[in-house]
Amino acid sequence: MTQPSQGSVMGGAPSGAPPATVPGAIAGSSPGDRVYRVITTAFAWAVPLLLALITLEVVLAAWPAFRTFGFDFLTSSEWDEVRGNFGAAPMIYGTVVSSVLALILATPLALGVAIFLSEFAPSWLRQPVAFLVDLLAAIPSVVYGLWGIFVLLPVLREKVMPFLATTLGLGNTPFFSGPAYGPSMLAASVILAIMVLPYISAVSREVLMAVPRSQREAAMALGATKWEMIRDAVVPYARSGIVGGIILGLGRALGETMAVTMLIGNRHEISSSLFAPGYTLASVIANEFAEATTALHTSTLMACGAVLLAVTLVVNVIARWLVWQVSREGR
Amino acid sequence: MYARALSALAIVTIAACGGGETKSSDSAAAPAQSSSSVDLNGAGATFPYPIYSKWFSDYATTKGIKINYQSIGSGGGIKQLSEQTVDFGATDGPMSEEEMANAKGGKVLHFPTVLGADVVTYNLPEVKEALRLTGELVADIFLGKVTKWNDPRIAAENAGVALPAKDILVVHRSDGSGTTYIFTDYLTTVSKAWAAGPGKGKSVQWPVGLGGKGNEGVAGAVKQTPGTIGYVELAYANQNKLPTAHIKNAMGEYVQPTIASITAAGEGASAALGADSDYRVSIVNAPGAGAYPISSFTWLLVYEKQADAAKGQKLVDFMKWMYADGQQSASALDYAPLPAALATQLAARLSSIQIGSTP
Repeated sequence: MTQPSQGSVMGGAPSGAPPATVPGAIAGSSPGDRVYRVITTAFAWAVPLLLALITLEVVLAAWPAFRTFGFDFLTSSEWDEVRGNFGAAPMIYGTVVSSVLALILATPLALGVAIFLSEFAPSWLRQPVAFLVDLLAAIPSVVYGLWGIFVLLPVLREKVMPFLATTLGLGNTPFFSGPAYGPSMLAASVILAIMVLPYISAVSREVLMAVPRSQREAAMALGATKWEMIRDAVVPYARSGIVGGIILGLGRALGETMAVTMLIGNRHEISSSLFAPGYTLASVIANEFAEATTALHTSTLMACGAVLLAVTLVVNVIARWLVWQVSREGR
Repeated sequence: MYARALSALAIVTIAACGGGETKSSDSAAAPAQSSSSVDLNGAGATFPYPIYSKWFSDYATTKGIKINYQSIGSGGGIKQLSEQTVDFGATDGPMSEEEMANAKGGKVLHFPTVLGADVVTYNLPEVKEALRLTGELVADIFLGKVTKWNDPRIAAENAGVALPAKDILVVHRSDGSGTTYIFTDYLTTVSKAWAAGPGKGKSVQWPVGLGGKGNEGVAGAVKQTPGTIGYVELAYANQNKLPTAHIKNAMGEYVQPTIASITAAGEGASAALGADSDYRVSIVNAPGAGAYPISSFTWLLVYEKQADAAKGQKLVDFMKWMYADGQQSASALDYAPLPAALATQLAARLSSIQIGSTP
């Protein structure tokens, strides 16, 4: 039983070895290549090194806060600068919920745009529309925030929120209850959705366009309609790339600061209702860092930064795992 | 081969470091050269930034002395002064004993420069008259104890005004700010419940309401949402034509926030200050006829011992000018000038700054 499996491992090793030696062999061949290799290696190491340094600095600066509050820092909703009592639970909740909700809103829209542009749009329309969607990514986030305050909030307060609560009768559910003031988790999620849309749609569009023509022709030849062709032959082929685009959008949403700060209502409270104000980790740092005078307050904000780093890491790991699951399923 | 690669990497690194070093020594030399173009450096409060930048620009034109000021916030100003990376700091809230003790350059002196005030603004389209409020009432609204606009206690202060039966929505600042410090300082002074609850600080734990970022965030939320109440600094309210509540002062008068009523608050409070005062005083709920109660000084922070004689002299000269000519340009920018007697008193106090390394 063990014998054959060992044999297969042994057999696998030599086949894996040659590719590993190939870069070395090339590097040894000419001095120019060697220098090139050294330089690029240095660059490649510089980035993880920088990340490690940043992480180390943030964690060191955050250490006094972690030592003072311990595990309670992650579970407490207290945020009292006057008495020096801090907890990050509402911000962790707000960061995750606003980002996930933004993806739920943005993904179908971005996919729709990408599929239209790659499959249906006439070529004279494709470039201008793609350009305009990409342009959304170029708008500074403070401009999104201002637009949110003056355009999005009134629309949400006067049209969307009453529609959800009264017309659809969702006001009795815990997710859409309470008074509709405007600044809320919903507003932050909507603005985030608009902001991450270009990232998801641009990546998805490129991936969909890269699906080989033969894939489409094969589906057509089997008698598939255009809808069936896209659903069964094109999208599954591009699936891992699309999920990659969604992860890119998620990363953008988790770290977004200014626009969210201007629209989320900045309240240290966990509420199930999307109409209620919330808070995010990035927002609290942006709001309070300039005027943080006590050492503990500064350290607490650094701790929020460390927690944001950790949340981003965990969410990304989960997302990568999902991609891996999806791509394995696709085979 | 690996070792060779490593040594090559080391050479690259050393070369990079060398490059970095020469660059940094260049940039270190630069300030020394440019010290003739920028004479003084300061950092701190954002609230008085408009008037400070006008002063510094006027002073540069008339006297040829250039002062660079970074409005990074009071906390940052105190930190930079303590680390001695700037020649003077500026703050909206006086430094605490602990902060004073941590300052590396010795004793820090507080010099009031102008007066500012917070106004209580609201959005009630039905109400045409200016709303009248007392300090306790404002505190109870911000504590979430008074929740309807037609609450009997609000009605009692506003006889004859038809108040709507709407919910009150509180809007406060989400970012740490001197504006919040002044407002909560006032509420702490006039309300026991507030003092026992949120207390005073640049940001506090608000029992109710939404947080808006900056004056514009609070004003934006109040302007757009009927039923809201919030606080912003006077200059911002005036420039944006926001309705302002008249607040009952210590003498029992309902006072509209104006330049005159804020200066009156400074007068009422400074009457009690002797020449030996350190001026780290709160002037909220000040006594005196016509004094607007939510007023405050804003301060310049300077070290008592100025080791660099040339810089110290320039700083004192500027502050003398500020207390004489500078005060006149304050009201045009919606800051209340200091009462004349106080400005004279403070100009005289400048002599307590020791210039140069005295043994």
